[in-house]
Amino acid sequence: MAALALASSLLAACGGDSGTPELVWYINPDSGGQDAVAEKCSTDDYTISTQVLPQDAGQQRIQLARRLAAKDPEIDLMSLDPPFTAEFADAGFLAEVPQDAREQLEQQGTFQGALDAATWNDKLVVFPFWSNTQVLWYRKSFVEKAGIDMSQPVTWDQIIDAASENGGKIGVQANKYEGYVVWINALVEGAGGTILENPEEGVDAEITLGDEAGQKAAGIIEKLASSEAAPADLSVSNEGTAGSTFGSDQGSFLVNWTYIFKNYDETAPDVAKDIGYTRYPQTVEGEESRPPYGGIGIGVSAYSDDQELALEAAQCLVDPESQGINADLTGNMPASTEGYEYEALQETFPADLLELFQTSVDAAAPRTVTPYWSDVSGSIQNIWHPPRSVDDETPERSTTFIEDVLKGGDLL
Amino acid sequence: MSTAVAPETEKSGKDHRKGSKPVVSDRTSAENRLGLKLVAPAVVLMLLVTAYPMLQALYLSLFRYRLTAPDDRAFVGVDNYLTILSDDQFWLSTGTTVLIMVVTVAVELVIGFAFAMVMHRIVFARGLMRTSILIPYGIITVVSAFAWQFAFSLNNGFVNAWFSWLPWIAEDTNWFGDYWHAMFAIMVSEIWKTTPFMALLLLAGLAQVSEDMLEAAKVDGATWWQRLTKVILPNMRAAIMVAVLFRALDAYRIFDNIFVMTKGAEGTQSISFLTYRQVIEQMQLGLGSAMSVLLFLSVLLLAWLIVKLFRVDLAQARGEG
Repeated sequence: MAALALASSLLAACGGDSGTPELVWYINPDSGGQDAVAEKCSTDDYTISTQVLPQDAGQQRIQLARRLAAKDPEIDLMSLDPPFTAEFADAGFLAEVPQDAREQLEQQGTFQGALDAATWNDKLVVFPFWSNTQVLWYRKSFVEKAGIDMSQPVTWDQIIDAASENGGKIGVQANKYEGYVVWINALVEGAGGTILENPEEGVDAEITLGDEAGQKAAGIIEKLASSEAAPADLSVSNEGTAGSTFGSDQGSFLVNWTYIFKNYDETAPDVAKDIGYTRYPQTVEGEESRPPYGGIGIGVSAYSDDQELALEAAQCLVDPESQGINADLTGNMPASTEGYEYEALQETFPADLLELFQTSVDAAAPRTVTPYWSDVSGSIQNIWHPPRSVDDETPERSTTFIEDVLKGGDLL
Repeated sequence: MSTAVAPETEKSGKDHRKGSKPVVSDRTSAENRLGLKLVAPAVVLMLLVTAYPMLQALYLSLFRYRLTAPDDRAFVGVDNYLTILSDDQFWLSTGTTVLIMVVTVAVELVIGFAFAMVMHRIVFARGLMRTSILIPYGIITVVSAFAWQFAFSLNNGFVNAWFSWLPWIAEDTNWFGDYWHAMFAIMVSEIWKTTPFMALLLLAGLAQVSEDMLEAAKVDGATWWQRLTKVILPNMRAAIMVAVLFRALDAYRIFDNIFVMTKGAEGTQSISFLTYRQVIEQMQLGLGSAMSVLLFLSVLLLAWLIVKLFRVDLAQARGEG
């Protein structure tokens, strides 16, 4: 598939303007969902070809931003991670989503969280394609041994204690990368706080990470990092390694994105049968958890030579059927209620899991929409990594550091 | 036994050239002018591809300029430099970089010298031996960094499994989980990759040591160690210093291994990596350019220090002296 895409883009590069125009879509790596959708949405008027971006979200941002800053017309469509949408829109890299497309998105029941993450300065700047969230995955055999009732909401304290006492390891994402900030953000939001307020003020936004909610979040990370439940690779763990920990003999609990459900079907069928799932753990007992929000929105480049066609194509790429096809192939869940109704999806995932995904997306806490997210995120990574160094002074230190970095007074 | 160094036969001639200005014939000056004309295109090209970007960086370093907020561009004078020089991270990264440089160059010098001796003295399978020693140097740094990262990886590496009999290595040692372990892994990768380069430069020096002098030392009853320290090493001093200079400058700019193995986590970021983060990741062209200018100046300073401290004569090392 990748070879085909490459071959077709090479042909296009050589062929120039003969035949139908080609729209180039820069996608994040996945297991073929976006390629399938690109093929489905190619028409007589244009063909959509895909180009794969790096695995790491930060690297995806760098590659796209550098080319867009140079007004590269070769990029027509791009898959954008929500935290970087505002930065791209603020820099004028993205074409605005037209009114009729906006209406279509609302009609198909696009989740409010997805729309919020796709909006900058009251303008819809990307087409929400898939919306991801994290749930708490657990090994049924393990919770049985530990004797926890998983039908009730659980807290981080509970699962850390249960795992420590029963020789289990908890899978989280705590490498020095965006995924770690996803976890921190969910913990902070779960305690009723937020990382920063008044993002529209740009570099003068108010950093509120040092407040009580930040303290709670730091407390949980500190507790996990110093407990028996911390995996040996905690400080370098990402979605993949956390998945391996979960699949090992010491697997107990795991917070991870929706796609992990299909991860063990072929490699470890025993583990696949042992997977249970419930709502993301609470930071504070009794206070509803705020699961992380992720996903992909499709942006149309402001510098594309075929902007009109690209906007038309994007509309097809995010219709409910496309969202369904993609979700079925990759496990990355649709961004709309109609997308969830795609038939094959109903067969691949249990009904209660699909429901859990939707309620989780509804309750999810997106990372603050600000054009300076990469600075904020990078600063947090600098201070909060490694997890074992986190203590009750960490939130306050990171607040000062973020402020300094935003105002250009500190290196990152 | 005193140190035996080959006499510098042309020294007097050189002094003479420096002392009084020789008379230039018409023909020579015409040839010189032609020479200048012939070399001009190359010089112009060099200026275009090296001087222009450098001056551009110097210019940009005086601005607050971010690629994703181009309208916000403003002249800030030397503020960027002050920001950098008063930042802890800059000095910590410099410390880390210097540490990597000193340790890797020292280790490489010793191992590289041993390799050079092997390549120099070996009688059978000479080509094969020399080639196999040079293989690591032919491997792209990013590839070797990934290979070593996998080797040290907790999940699929072999280092923990093979060496867990050592008291300080356990089955679950996280090599990228703290400063010293991570630095060790980075340095191993760096040393493995560039020792052959060092060996190659030293081999060239070894080849220059006259066999006659070694013979003579042997006849005089010098032991193996005496021949090494009194004859071989002093006679290849220039080659050693060039090797150290090249490798030190190279090591000071270390980037790939750190980028691949730790992404600068656990305080392992080098000065190049810190620069990369400002320019590429944060797209802070102003601040980043200021960092690159400082990086350039520190490399220059380092080169000057090594040349002065060790009194390296580059011309002599190239056999032009």
